[in-house]
Amino acid sequence: MNVFKFLSMGLAAIALCSSCSNDDSNPVNEEEVITTLTATLTGGGHTITLTSRDLDGAEGPNAPVVTVSGNLAPSTTYTGSLDLLNEAATPAESITEEILEEAHDHQFFFTISNALATTAYAVPNDENGKPVGLNFTLTTGAATGTGTFTIILRHQPNKNAEGVAAGNIANAGGETDIQVSFPITVAAQ
Amino acid sequence: MRYILFFVFLLAGNQTLVYSQHTVSGKITNEKKQPLAGSHIHAGTFFANAAADGSFSISGIPNGNLAVTIEYLGYKTLDTVIAVHKDVVLDISLKPEVSQLSEVVLKKTLSEKNASTQEIKANVLENYSSESLGDALKEISGVSSLKTGSTIVKPIINGLHSSRVLIVNNNVRLEDQQWGTEHAPNMDVNTAGKISVIKGASGLQYGGDAIGGTVIIELAHIPVKDTIFGKTIINGASNGRGGSISSSLSKGYENGWNWNLQGTFKYFGDFEAPDYVLSNTGNRERNLSASLGYKGENHGYSFFYSYFNAEIGILRASHISGISDLIRAINSGQPQVIRDFTYDINAPKQELQHHLGKINYYTYFSDASKLSLQYAFQFNNRLEFDLRRGDDRNKASVDLDLMTHSFNADYEANFSDKMKYKAGISGAYQNNAANTGATEVRALIPNYNKFDAGLYAIASYQANEKLVLEIGFRYDFSHIDAKKYYLKSRWTERGYDRDFSDIIIGEEGQQWYTNPVFTYHNFSGSLGAKYEINDKLHWFSNIGVASRNPNPAELFSDGLHHATGQIELGDLRLQREVALKMSTALNYAAEGFAFEINPYFNTVSDFKILVPTTIILSNRGPFPVWEYRQVDARMFGIDLTADYDFAKNLNWHSTAAFVYGEDATNDKPLIDMPPLNLNNTLSFKKENWNHLVLALKNETVFTQQRYPNNDFYVDVTDSGEPVSTLVQISKPPKGYSLLHFSSEMSFDVLKKSKMTLGFNIQNLLNTNYRDYLNRTRFYADDLGRNFRIQLKLNY
Repeated sequence: MNVFKFLSMGLAAIALCSSCSNDDSNPVNEEEVITTLTATLTGGGHTITLTSRDLDGAEGPNAPVVTVSGNLAPSTTYTGSLDLLNEAATPAESITEEILEEAHDHQFFFTISNALATTAYAVPNDENGKPVGLNFTLTTGAATGTGTFTIILRHQPNKNAEGVAAGNIANAGGETDIQVSFPITVAAQ
Repeated sequence: MRYILFFVFLLAGNQTLVYSQHTVSGKITNEKKQPLAGSHIHAGTFFANAAADGSFSISGIPNGNLAVTIEYLGYKTLDTVIAVHKDVVLDISLKPEVSQLSEVVLKKTLSEKNASTQEIKANVLENYSSESLGDALKEISGVSSLKTGSTIVKPIINGLHSSRVLIVNNNVRLEDQQWGTEHAPNMDVNTAGKISVIKGASGLQYGGDAIGGTVIIELAHIPVKDTIFGKTIINGASNGRGGSISSSLSKGYENGWNWNLQGTFKYFGDFEAPDYVLSNTGNRERNLSASLGYKGENHGYSFFYSYFNAEIGILRASHISGISDLIRAINSGQPQVIRDFTYDINAPKQELQHHLGKINYYTYFSDASKLSLQYAFQFNNRLEFDLRRGDDRNKASVDLDLMTHSFNADYEANFSDKMKYKAGISGAYQNNAANTGATEVRALIPNYNKFDAGLYAIASYQANEKLVLEIGFRYDFSHIDAKKYYLKSRWTERGYDRDFSDIIIGEEGQQWYTNPVFTYHNFSGSLGAKYEINDKLHWFSNIGVASRNPNPAELFSDGLHHATGQIELGDLRLQREVALKMSTALNYAAEGFAFEINPYFNTVSDFKILVPTTIILSNRGPFPVWEYRQVDARMFGIDLTADYDFAKNLNWHSTAAFVYGEDATNDKPLIDMPPLNLNNTLSFKKENWNHLVLALKNETVFTQQRYPNNDFYVDVTDSGEPVSTLVQISKPPKGYSLLHFSSEMSFDVLKKSKMTLGFNIQNLLNTNYRDYLNRTRFYADDLGRNFRIQLKLNY
């Protein structure tokens, strides 16, 4: 019996304590907020910039301000690159670098309505050779018209799922870190 | 299955038992040594009433530990465990109790032929040793649970939960950030010797804000005699592939001193639904408590400390960061993340710590007049980890330290033979500190200081032999002084620039630094009656008024909730809510049959609810916005319990609860009301087969048909083209019916000890189901089949 009693005391002693702390309030400018997404498309002698800027972040009431600097030309291949910033921090912080550092946990997906254009991933890939999407190409078709160019960033997607490496979001899973739609126009320049 | 069971008992049943029979006798008195004739003495399955001189004698008691309960109207019920291996003399003096009659509540097992207490006793609590307080409380009809996954379990009393339910742990009001729906009570169910539930506001001694009810957790009683006893409970479970061990040791001395030491260790990996692993749902607990006390002739004191430490994984698939994630989760019907089983716990997760220390002193001025003084200290730390990126990967997103000092003085005395009263004052200081320096995330719950002061008085009057009346009153003062940063855009959108511009004390970039201060004066009261229609039939009735101040979440929230993908906004303009609850209960207890029926009506003005208001756009896509609003709410319901020994060894136990909740302001059903539920247990007991118990329980939860329609349309652009899509978040999941099997046998071991071996199967048929009151219901099924073995040693 003494064994049980001894064991029960020993068990009680196993549970450990840790210390208390206290702190004063600090203003916080959140580091992970992506306030600004800029897509730069270069091709046909032009550069077109698409920007979505949401300075009060996801939790603020204001909607992002979406701007597109110009029209795309038909039958043109553009070199695309993405840049992500947290402009709520001072100085503004680059989220692009963080994404590159954790490339295997991130992938961008592109969709363009009305079959105005197609996209393809460009290097650099992540350490497993899977696409990331910070760089891409966008090729417009012969048709002109208006539509929507949507950029989605998924955190911790399943890059091995069917079609995901080719840019199909359907099986990607993960969480949405970015989801922005730009109105685009394809017109003869 | 039968063969497995047989095997289990074969293994355990090797010890042949010889019962020796003993007699327990003694005398029941009050503290002035006056006999309490007619006291009820329950000893295991035996029962006696004290004679005119207070004496009693129960014979035929076998070797082993014996649970003894002694009750006398107007006195505090005494529960203890004594070791019987020879004849025992048990002289007990009971302490007066004033505030028992207003507690219109049910006791769990009516078959114990006892209508005055309403509680879950230690032997039932032990079945929940590896689970939580919230799970154990479901034993009482009308109490259900609000869950997040399977390990975060909060009690719902008659449809109400969180800030509306007070939890009183060893006479200390638990302050553990209870406002959050994912914040389960920070206490170890293994510390409880007994749990009682007061449905409604009449636990005035503990607070005036129990709109839903009060849960009172008491420690096991240690008698004033030279004794040492303890117990160890070991659980092993197949689902979660883990278990728990809990052990306690109590020592009493003839000279009045006593001490207790108790610890629990819990370790579980991922739990499993019938068809898949619920990834990242493991949990750990390390809990410790210790007490030291002295019970003298006229005074006594006690020191108590408890420490609770838990790490709880949150279902990985329930962490979403946008509406399109939520739509995918709802439409796919199964978790978006299913990984192989692991014991590892990653983000999202919670890490919780709660320290509770208290000193208690009491003194008797005369037989019936007693003064108690208590100081208690509580420190609660809550860390919540989200999925984060980069350098912040291992930082918590929420880090809140809540410290509470509280002081109580209670005095009880008799006006006359027929009238007793109890009165008291209380004071508390609370400080909440949000460690934003560590999290680098804006704090949703701000830093604040809170001062509380209260006073109460309760009187009970024995009008005649059959009727007892009780009246109580309480006043509470509360002052809260907070410091919070608001996004300027949010401040303007809320209209605070018009109403609260005077509380801005600073400016920091895009944020205002503000100093909200609120002061409240609240009144609450209760009126109760107990009438003994005859010795089998009792009638209780109670009317109570409770007032609750808005909690920090309701006032200050302004951010994204990751489990629901919604932005939740508090409102500084919210007022206190006031409830008026009427409740009545009819209790019948006779040999072999007992029932209780308890209808109630609760009307709450300025009842706080979250309602969807709009959708905002961000770089992460659209988010629905939910705001705290106040409406007038009405709830009525009925709780039923029945117990029937329909054959010699066969017992049927049944509980049922129904609640109807209505938002009277908008003529809509209230959200998150528990659906009609029925629990039926058929058990077979055979004392002389090593106390064999075999039980089959059916748990049936109906589909909740009454719910507010909060579905909304949002543009989803996954396919390139914006498609207006209905997000169906409102419809409750289908009802379900589960079967659970349990069994146990007890053996005498090593002369002075008893070993109980239990074998249970929860969700016997491995049924797929989702529960309306589980916050992860959008993402995954609830738990699948679980085999559990429990070994209990009483020594």
